[in-house]
Amino acid sequence: MHTPTTIETSWPDAIFAHFQRAGIRQVGYVPDAGHSRLIALCQADPGIADVVLTTEEEGVGLVAGAALGGQRAALLMQSSGVGNCINMFSLLRNCGFGCVVLVTMRGEFGEFNPWQVPMGTITEEVLRLSGFLAYRIEDADAVDDMVGAACDMAFDGNLQIAILLSQRLIGRKQWTR
Amino acid sequence: MLERRDFVKGLLADRGDLLVVSGLGSATYDVAAAGDHPLNFYLWGAMGGAAMIGLGLALARPDRRVAVLTGDGDMLMGMGSLATIGVKQPRNLAIVVLDNAHYGETGMQASHTNSGIDLVATALACRFRQAHAVSRIEDTAEVRALLHAGDGPLLVNARISEEDVPRVLPIRDGHAIKQRFIQALNSV
Repeated sequence: MHTPTTIETSWPDAIFAHFQRAGIRQVGYVPDAGHSRLIALCQADPGIADVVLTTEEEGVGLVAGAALGGQRAALLMQSSGVGNCINMFSLLRNCGFGCVVLVTMRGEFGEFNPWQVPMGTITEEVLRLSGFLAYRIEDADAVDDMVGAACDMAFDGNLQIAILLSQRLIGRKQWTR
Repeated sequence: MLERRDFVKGLLADRGDLLVVSGLGSATYDVAAAGDHPLNFYLWGAMGGAAMIGLGLALARPDRRVAVLTGDGDMLMGMGSLATIGVKQPRNLAIVVLDNAHYGETGMQASHTNSGIDLVATALACRFRQAHAVSRIEDTAEVRALLHAGDGPLLVNARISEEDVPRVLPIRDGHAIKQRFIQALNSV
């Protein structure tokens, strides 16, 4: 039976499949509603060290340390978290640490909270200015392809790649209570 | 109080296969002064990040000992990472804070530890398995032993003298520092 819900929630599984294919062994994150399924998948995998962070910039150090030790790492964060990382991103660029950052967007499509807008509207530009190649995804069908390409570019090319998962893709945050 | 160069040199004597991350500024100069080594990852920036690099490395290589040597300013900026490390409980990670209670790079302004902010108590509150304060050169051998075999995560706050010492500058090219570290780690 066709269920739109299944389609909408399948993109985190597509990302996770690429984490496994690429051999990602450490995943840093600050808890986030948009990433909740992907975080749960990582937590359930004994081959992945899931590292909950107090602030996203800690994750940048984690990625660098993992790479020094021969492991691949990815970061999951909300657009607000990108702003927390700016100076620490210099570590990735200066040393050429490959990195995949998956950013769930706030402050755009259907955003009801204006406090999310200032950072959400500059997130992509901030990433580019910080040395990332940034790719925006609006359509769930594009996730598989884009994340696969991102992993290859990051870990084969030692590049810093950010995937922005648009708020329209993730779904509006529901405030019913 | 400890003389920082003697202390760090003592900590890194006969270091074997110890992996070392040094925080920006004086900690990097101290580690370089103790003797350049390919298994040193020298930070020249990314303030607040030393402990987390140590965590990523410790998780990636549970078979090796990882020592983070950093200043009080870097550790204070990355204080949340003590909580993150406390969650993961890496048994092979040790952090040594070279605490002169000042920001040496910027003109010796007082740091928070100068007002009694206690990183040992912070580490213990963050579920570090042990944390110690040391201030005598006689403690060096014991701290060195902790780096090689202590039950981690552990933190040592070493109260060092505020005395200014000549800078010893290691390589600065981040790609080169990374590359030689990875090559050395893969060849041992």
